[in-house]
Amino acid sequence: MAQAVVETKDLTKVYGEDFTAVNKLNLHIQEGEVFGFLGANGAGKTTTLLMMLGLTEPTSGSVSVCGLDPSRQPVDVKRIVGYLPERVGFYEDLTAAQNLRYTADLNKITKAVAEPKILELLETVGLKDVVDHPVSTYSRGMKQRLGLADIWLKEPKLAFLDEPTTGIDPNGIDYVLKLISGMGKRGITIIFCSHVLPQVQRICSRVGILSKGVLVADGPIDTLGRDNERYRMEAEVDNMSPAVVEAVKAIPGVEDVEAQERMLIVTASSDLRGQVSRAIIDTGALLLGMRIEEFNLERIYKRFSKEAQ
Amino acid sequence: MYAVFMKELSDHLSSRRFIILFMLVFLSAMFAIYIAIQTIRSVVGPTTETIFIKLFTTSGDNLPSFLFFLSLFIPIVGIALGFDAINNERSSGNLSRLMSQPIYRDSVINGKFLAGLAVLAIMVVGVVLIVGGLGLRIVGVPPNGEEIVRLMAFVFVSLIYGAFWMALAVLFSVFFKRTATSMLASLAVWIFFFFFLAVIAGGVADAIIPVDANSSVEALANNATLETSLSRISPCTLYAEATMALLTPEVGTTNTTMMVLGAYSGRMGNPLPLESSLLLVWPQIVTIIALCAICFGVSYIRFMREEIRSI
Repeated sequence: MAQAVVETKDLTKVYGEDFTAVNKLNLHIQEGEVFGFLGANGAGKTTTLLMMLGLTEPTSGSVSVCGLDPSRQPVDVKRIVGYLPERVGFYEDLTAAQNLRYTADLNKITKAVAEPKILELLETVGLKDVVDHPVSTYSRGMKQRLGLADIWLKEPKLAFLDEPTTGIDPNGIDYVLKLISGMGKRGITIIFCSHVLPQVQRICSRVGILSKGVLVADGPIDTLGRDNERYRMEAEVDNMSPAVVEAVKAIPGVEDVEAQERMLIVTASSDLRGQVSRAIIDTGALLLGMRIEEFNLERIYKRFSKEAQ
Repeated sequence: MYAVFMKELSDHLSSRRFIILFMLVFLSAMFAIYIAIQTIRSVVGPTTETIFIKLFTTSGDNLPSFLFFLSLFIPIVGIALGFDAINNERSSGNLSRLMSQPIYRDSVINGKFLAGLAVLAIMVVGVVLIVGGLGLRIVGVPPNGEEIVRLMAFVFVSLIYGAFWMALAVLFSVFFKRTATSMLASLAVWIFFFFFLAVIAGGVADAIIPVDANSSVEALANNATLETSLSRISPCTLYAEATMALLTPEVGTTNTTMMVLGAYSGRMGNPLPLESSLLLVWPQIVTIIALCAICFGVSYIRFMREEIRSI
């Protein structure tokens, strides 16, 4: 098993008297992973990130980031973690380059190292043409991209991205997602918080689903998608008959067959599309089409959220 | 902290706010020195030893002195430099990004406060040098050593006075979410102390020790002492007393009763030596420093303990 860069043990955060934002969270995030952290608004994703950064004290439980305790060694943790807050803000009167220069100063990156890097990064995130414009003239998407450059500048081991695609148009989202997977390919471990499922599906290797502070699911998307390791196949048959159903049922491994007019829904323990199609054709019926149900994050998400309630 | 300090300083110096404030203070300085030069001949007698610092305190018939202008503008400058220190960072979404950088949290508030203080120093020292320089050129009387020390003490008092107003504004910027609220709150405190407290102190003193035309001297003196004590709650009064004692050695006291009595007994006119003046204003200086420290301390603690929350 690869080295765990972030590990939480029974992490709990209670706000005020009785509002539990995060409840006994156990996470194990490995080096180089792109982890999708899913949950509705207010599910506790940001609170978890803030505890990982040492900006908020956990009520109980512990966090370890690269072996460091964020509430005891906050500065050491912040040195290796880049955090992109939701609705990231910059100094509006300063230009993109000036804002990044300030970040470089705060991270004690010398001018000689920082200057060429800032230009390179601004080019990477597509802000080269507007380097000298004040940030107040930027669109939401441009600010998000600047936020990514801001993180990248300090060359973190880890990046915490909190809803980095909120409020951006589809093209912008595409660009931002490409940048994020680019960061992932460079070996930066990424925690990507979102409630937009297709985006998570696109870039994350593993997801955790948080609902009302509780981690209700955790695992690679394709295994979470299989309902107890079941495969569902749908076949469209031209002239449906009970004989077809019987023939399919007879295939070893098939657990359930359901006929709905022209559709035959087969549940099995493995991918049996070949055998099913042969069985249908052997009965003399015509097979018009067939597909296997894709793992679908939306369904997983809905199911787990429902279960949690 | 150095990075925060340098960034805040350069932000201040290049901001429109600073340019506007500086123009305001600069114009008032010009105006004040014009008045002083018009009227300085009438206040300087053959025995006056401190002609140079008269430039700062001389007022016209109905026109205020440089000292008055400065006592008016220093709080405004202090408030303008501090009122949005923290809540602006918060509302622009900068705060959590700034906090995720590898710096200690107090570096942010310390750096900001020190940068504001530096700007204040630049402004006060600059404007005193401008007035002094022009005065030297036009009046032609160079300051003696004592006057220079008095001026330096005056600059120091002005600085800590400005620092107090800035600390108060920073305090409000930590407590209030909106910059407009924190600015109005700071201004309200200033207006209360500057304009209303004197009236209130007078009213309260009259209510406790009523005086009329037939009252004894003792009752009058008690009434005046009570009024002075009450109005000393206000940092504005403390500043006025301190600068008055530093720049007009002839007055020789910060107690208004004594001033009245001194004027009758012919005490007026013999300037107080430098050491005595400094001793006289020592309590005022310490109080202003303490007020400043309290305001900054409270905002510091509040800022350090505050949790960054998502909701």
